[in-house]
Amino acid sequence: MTRAPYDGVVLTCPVTVPYVRYSNETAHWWIARGLRGALDAAGLKPAQIDGLSISSFTLFPDTPVGLTQHLGLSLRYLDTIPMGGASGVVAARRAARAVQAGDADIVACVAGDANRIDSFRQLLSAFSRFSLDASYPYGFGGPNATFSLIMDAYMAEYGATRADFGRIAVAQRANALRNPHALMKKPLSLEDYLGARMISDPVALFDCVMPCAGAEAFLVMREDEAIRRNLPFARIRGTIERHNAFADDPVQLRGGWAMDIDTLYAQAGCAPQDIDLLQTYDDYPVISMMQIEDLGFCEKGAGAEFVRAHDLTIEGDFPHNTSGGQLSVGQAGAAGGYLGMVEAIRQVTAQAGPTQVKDARLAMVSGFGMVNYDRGVCSGVAILEGAS
Amino acid sequence: MTLTGPKKKDPQKRTIVPTLPPATRSRAGLGLSVAAAQGRFALQHCAECGAVQYPPRDACHACLSHDLCWKDTQPYGKVLAETRVQASPDPYFRERLPWRMGSVRLTAGPVVLAHLVDVRRGEDVQVELRLDRAGQGVMIARPKERSDDMEDDPVLRAMGTHPKHRRILISDATHPVARPLIDALFAAGAAHVFAGVPEMWRRPHGVSALEGLENVSLLPLDVTDPQSLKDAASEIGGKVDILINTARHIRPGGVLGQDTTAARDEMEVNALGLMRLAQAFGPGMAARTADGVNSAAAFVTVLSAHALSPDPAFGAFNASQAAARSIAQTLRAEFAPSGLRVACVYTGPTEDEWHQSLPPPKVAPKTLARSIVDGLQKGLEDIYCGDVARDLAERWRSDPGLLEREITGGGA
Repeated sequence: MTRAPYDGVVLTCPVTVPYVRYSNETAHWWIARGLRGALDAAGLKPAQIDGLSISSFTLFPDTPVGLTQHLGLSLRYLDTIPMGGASGVVAARRAARAVQAGDADIVACVAGDANRIDSFRQLLSAFSRFSLDASYPYGFGGPNATFSLIMDAYMAEYGATRADFGRIAVAQRANALRNPHALMKKPLSLEDYLGARMISDPVALFDCVMPCAGAEAFLVMREDEAIRRNLPFARIRGTIERHNAFADDPVQLRGGWAMDIDTLYAQAGCAPQDIDLLQTYDDYPVISMMQIEDLGFCEKGAGAEFVRAHDLTIEGDFPHNTSGGQLSVGQAGAAGGYLGMVEAIRQVTAQAGPTQVKDARLAMVSGFGMVNYDRGVCSGVAILEGAS
Repeated sequence: MTLTGPKKKDPQKRTIVPTLPPATRSRAGLGLSVAAAQGRFALQHCAECGAVQYPPRDACHACLSHDLCWKDTQPYGKVLAETRVQASPDPYFRERLPWRMGSVRLTAGPVVLAHLVDVRRGEDVQVELRLDRAGQGVMIARPKERSDDMEDDPVLRAMGTHPKHRRILISDATHPVARPLIDALFAAGAAHVFAGVPEMWRRPHGVSALEGLENVSLLPLDVTDPQSLKDAASEIGGKVDILINTARHIRPGGVLGQDTTAARDEMEVNALGLMRLAQAFGPGMAARTADGVNSAAAFVTVLSAHALSPDPAFGAFNASQAAARSIAQTLRAEFAPSGLRVACVYTGPTEDEWHQSLPPPKVAPKTLARSIVDGLQKGLEDIYCGDVARDLAERWRSDPGLLEREITGGGA
């Protein structure tokens, strides 16, 4: 059965609550600010929304249920998307279906996380059962160690070099220098990247994101509602999600995107060359390179050659992670899974300001999340189109 | 790589406070630790479809059966990817960086993350389960051919109890195992042996042979005498890296047909003596588990395998052995925060005057010595010496009720 299109539903009011490295504020505080920002952008009062989708790692002991009372919301659609880096795409597609079916009129999708001193270590130490049993006892390198193994195997398999991954990081830093919200303010050269200290070979300092606090949000509503309120919006041309794909691959050299990508392009009625900009989930450059392959921009294993042949900056021939991505903006927990989505909505609605890609119409947003044991388990992609 | 001996300790410096690697495990995950404590390589197998899986789960990932069991598994594989962790938020690893780990595809199927010992990506390896400093089972990938200095690798040294460069206290040098044990410890690289002698004034049998041995010090030590323990601990307590309790009082006989004199002596030496030893030396050892090359590592006690299920012919003695085993289990919990390992060596009937009338197989002192040192080299908690002990333990694990009846002559 072919999947129904996402007709009549739009994404609007992209909001970023500027990140800070450490903050004593709670996830509740960050989420409230993200929600308020999106409502303000739409000219809505809290009582006017009837749906909420939340992604956060640091709400404990609350769940989004607690947030309804905490924030004074009466809802008929309440969702929690615990998918880390895939949260933005998955939240959008599920909220879109709820609005399309009439189960909700306006859904606010919000991701936000706190980052106190030592909270990252504490979050890691109870991240998943398989991590407790089978990953942390081996050096407790966290995701850096997990992705160093993936990067090591990827380099051995496809011949990519550290300089190839460096191109991704360096281009993103150039993009970030235009983004006033990015935590990284200094230029990054390829020499800086290559000379950085090793964190978990071959992962070095500039392969890693900086944990921080922050929030991201957007609204999902019917197209006629957005038009009535005079809001710039993006349509969903197609979207897919996949969990625990290719479980028999001994090392994750491809993600779940590869399993459903043809379905996505078929639903969206477009091809890779039609995409104006790409937002990948960049917890590590190797994962961005893998996405460029698995999303069909080049053959499997040709990612290194692709980034050598293209300019990944805002004004380049392949604009990629235009906000600077998590590598240069920072990783605000689950909000890291919203960063690309929120930036893509801004881009296709011509609201990206200093990071705006000229004539951006079609954007692809890719998500990837949750290292349960030795690999990221969740993946998702959406193709957004600006209304013109 | 060859591990060099410790530098002379600077008394002005604070002794490093022991930290532990992450210790939390799921209930299923503890299966690895159980296997590692015995030196077995076991993984979860599905009883219905035969799938082998890792990490441990509560249902089969192939058929959803909940009928899972731990089975000895082929311990071979190939390294898929490797790294050196150079930054870790965990205090234990942070003190020991860089730390080598990687992923290994087992021939049995699953991919495991493992500590890497002298192996690289693409190499065929053997995988062992060992106890780490937190007392939990972890995967070690090492070359298929074991080398002499493999145990010197910092990864293994950090979690192990190898006697190399360590100073060992044998609590009772009058036990027949003492001499072969001293030889085996030195062969394994031990630095020094302190040998306790109860009632030194009696010139006990066998002790004179130890006098004048290089790097062996005899000292008065009687596990039933608190003052002698206090004196010994104040003299050498800060230098004991491994303690091996060999003190044993044994008399044949069950419960009926005699008074409790022998039983009381057996309890005094075998059970309360173990307690007193732990009270005298334990706290000092527990404070020194991160003290460099010759850090404190293990507290070992020798038990009869009938601690698990008694032989009525030695019923009173076996009661003291069961008590000692129980005390050792409590000590294991009490020492856990320090990482000091508690090992029990279960032996079958030993070749000595008290078992003279029993038929073979019996455990020769040399064999017992080899088992103890082998267990220390592998960092085990449960060491079974000899066929009788291994057989008894196997039957005890599978059905203790049946074992009791078999010992008393049933099941012909």
